[in-house]
Amino acid sequence: MSEQIDQALARKYDAGFVSEIESETFPKGLDEDVIRRLSAIKGEPEWMLEWRLKAYRTWLKQTEPEWAHVDYPKIDYQDISYYSAPKSMKDKPKSLDEVDPELLRTYEKLGIPLHEQEMLAGVAVDAVFDSVSVVTTFREKLEEAGVIFCPISEALHKYPDLVKKYLGTVVPRGDNYFAALNSAVFTDGSFVYIPKGVRCPMELSTYFRINEQNTGQFERTLIVAEEGSYVSYLEGCTAPQRDENQLHAAVVELVALDDAEIKYSTVQNWYPGDENGKGGIYNFVTKRGLCEKNAKISWTQVETGSAVTWKYPSCILKGDNSVGEFYSVALTRGKQQADTGTKMIHLGKNTKSTIISKGISAGYSNNAYRGLVRMGPGAEGARNFTECDSLLIGDKCGAHTFPYIESSNPSAIVEHEATTSKVSDDQLFLCQQRGLDPEKAVSMIVNGFCKEVFRELPMEFAVEAGKLLEISLEGSVG
Amino acid sequence: MLTIKDLHARVEEKTIIKGLNLEIKPGEVHAIMGPNGAGKSTLGYVLSGRDGYEVEQGEVNFNGANLLDMEVEERAQAGLFLAFQYPVEIPGVSNMEFMKESVNAMRKARGEDELSSAEFLKMAKEACKQVNLPLDFLKRGVNEGFSGGEKKRNEIMQLIMLKPKLAILDESDSGLDVDALQVVANGVNSQRDGERSFIVVTHYQRLLDFIEPDYVHILAQGKIVKSGGPELAKEVEASGYAWLGQADEGEKA
Repeated sequence: MSEQIDQALARKYDAGFVSEIESETFPKGLDEDVIRRLSAIKGEPEWMLEWRLKAYRTWLKQTEPEWAHVDYPKIDYQDISYYSAPKSMKDKPKSLDEVDPELLRTYEKLGIPLHEQEMLAGVAVDAVFDSVSVVTTFREKLEEAGVIFCPISEALHKYPDLVKKYLGTVVPRGDNYFAALNSAVFTDGSFVYIPKGVRCPMELSTYFRINEQNTGQFERTLIVAEEGSYVSYLEGCTAPQRDENQLHAAVVELVALDDAEIKYSTVQNWYPGDENGKGGIYNFVTKRGLCEKNAKISWTQVETGSAVTWKYPSCILKGDNSVGEFYSVALTRGKQQADTGTKMIHLGKNTKSTIISKGISAGYSNNAYRGLVRMGPGAEGARNFTECDSLLIGDKCGAHTFPYIESSNPSAIVEHEATTSKVSDDQLFLCQQRGLDPEKAVSMIVNGFCKEVFRELPMEFAVEAGKLLEISLEGSVG
Repeated sequence: MLTIKDLHARVEEKTIIKGLNLEIKPGEVHAIMGPNGAGKSTLGYVLSGRDGYEVEQGEVNFNGANLLDMEVEERAQAGLFLAFQYPVEIPGVSNMEFMKESVNAMRKARGEDELSSAEFLKMAKEACKQVNLPLDFLKRGVNEGFSGGEKKRNEIMQLIMLKPKLAILDESDSGLDVDALQVVANGVNSQRDGERSFIVVTHYQRLLDFIEPDYVHILAQGKIVKSGGPELAKEVEASGYAWLGQADEGEKA
């Protein structure tokens, strides 16, 4: 499908559509003018444009980070188009018959119901369709609770003060190379606001929103949980998302005010490239949450996609007694490379963090855990527990662990445990002798290895994550 | 049921089985005894198709099919079961999940419907009871932190649930006290129905007091050197394996 889109886009550009409103995609290249046009098309307030331009100027002075344990050709940032408008309904496939059969095969294996398949594949949904009412009911329910959940571009119009108050407070616009780039050119993303004391009545998922609008490769998500509120947010879906672009540089900011709790779950399955490492997504993402007093932020991620991953969902435990958690399963196969982990910055007293990281490497892939635990001078009585396990499938892959521990408070306790194991011939043989084929056997062994993390996922997600691993492991044995 | 003709097999560069012949009919229990290093465990691995155990020559027919042409899981699905001497741990995978996958894989291969969770649970609970294991055993990781005796009983529980046509018990008695031995033997005996066959591999005669064999074979240096009835086992107990003209080396096969 993405090829068709590529072709369609290329055709339009060749045909010389230059009118800013009608054209779907900007010509390649990035300068201040591109940012001004982007901001103008979106009808953004003046301060937003200024913010973007400042980010852009910072970005120009920064250099691309090279410390990660990954290797990829230099990215030409002038060879990327920075704006692609939502495709109009008439350009979308009219029915599942027009969708890539390979994509449908994967949906089927994941057990996604037919009408959801249509939504995921971006099929134009007409009014008769069931799911429309689903979306409506869900909106009404949220409005009743006072929860705001909308595209960030919409929030900039409807709730500019809220966005202005929190945007960039956790991930400053010049935070790092990719975050600065994102700040300059982000096109869309989600905005969530949970009012004081409200427990969000349902799990929020980008899945619903994506149906309404295709998001670009520079997403920006901002979630604000007011005092004593709770929200669980699910990002991505388990279906392969075919993106026409190579670079995906997203920023996610979470703000958990006093006594609030945010649970953020990700199941990421971007296109990983072919078996020779050709193509695929570069997933360079900055995710960070800020915890005020007694607040809790929990990151759970299951990552099986992307050619190169550079991602460290982090918690700043600013308030006393705040809690940060990071549960991660990262599976790499083929020629995939992942450098992922977390940062737990303990500033407040009696802050606690837990890190459980499970890395699975197969094929020729490289999987690195990189984690920082920092105990600030004020982190009296703070505690961290880190468990970092690697599982190797075959003997051509690699697992690496880079823990960084910095403690400036003698009363803080930091624990780090790490193991590396292999799917053994004995285990495979036992499973096969009990009638399981080798692929089923490996996926069961891997699922067992990941159990502690899957437990943290919302239930329906946990099931899908298990199935996703199974699909991802196909062909990794033998 | 099973016909082995002139089987030769090696592990890495070393030939361990050297011309073995054996015929097992439905419902029969055959004990295979012999000194350490005779090739007893190797036979079980060769028959179940383990990687690294290479057949050099010979034929094995299992219920009309050429066993040696089949994959490990195909042999299992055809009704060949191996109770392991040292079952391996699979951390994080519960006994329950493992056995449900296993039972259903076998059913699927036979063209039967998969069991529902309720049906499976009922079956698992009964099997658990039969080998004197507490029910919470089903929730524990496969062999994870099990004692030696628990591992052996777990193997028998799997045997009871899978109802194979031919079960090979590889030293299922080693390391067991008399009570545990009795439990294992009772589990096996409960599966003797005149159709199902067993190969009981053991070093000692002890287990055969509880599981009475129809035939006893002495395996030495890769072939069966003597066959007889249950009385042969008693003979071995009385005189050891020294009469075979070789030392009991203590080398593990």
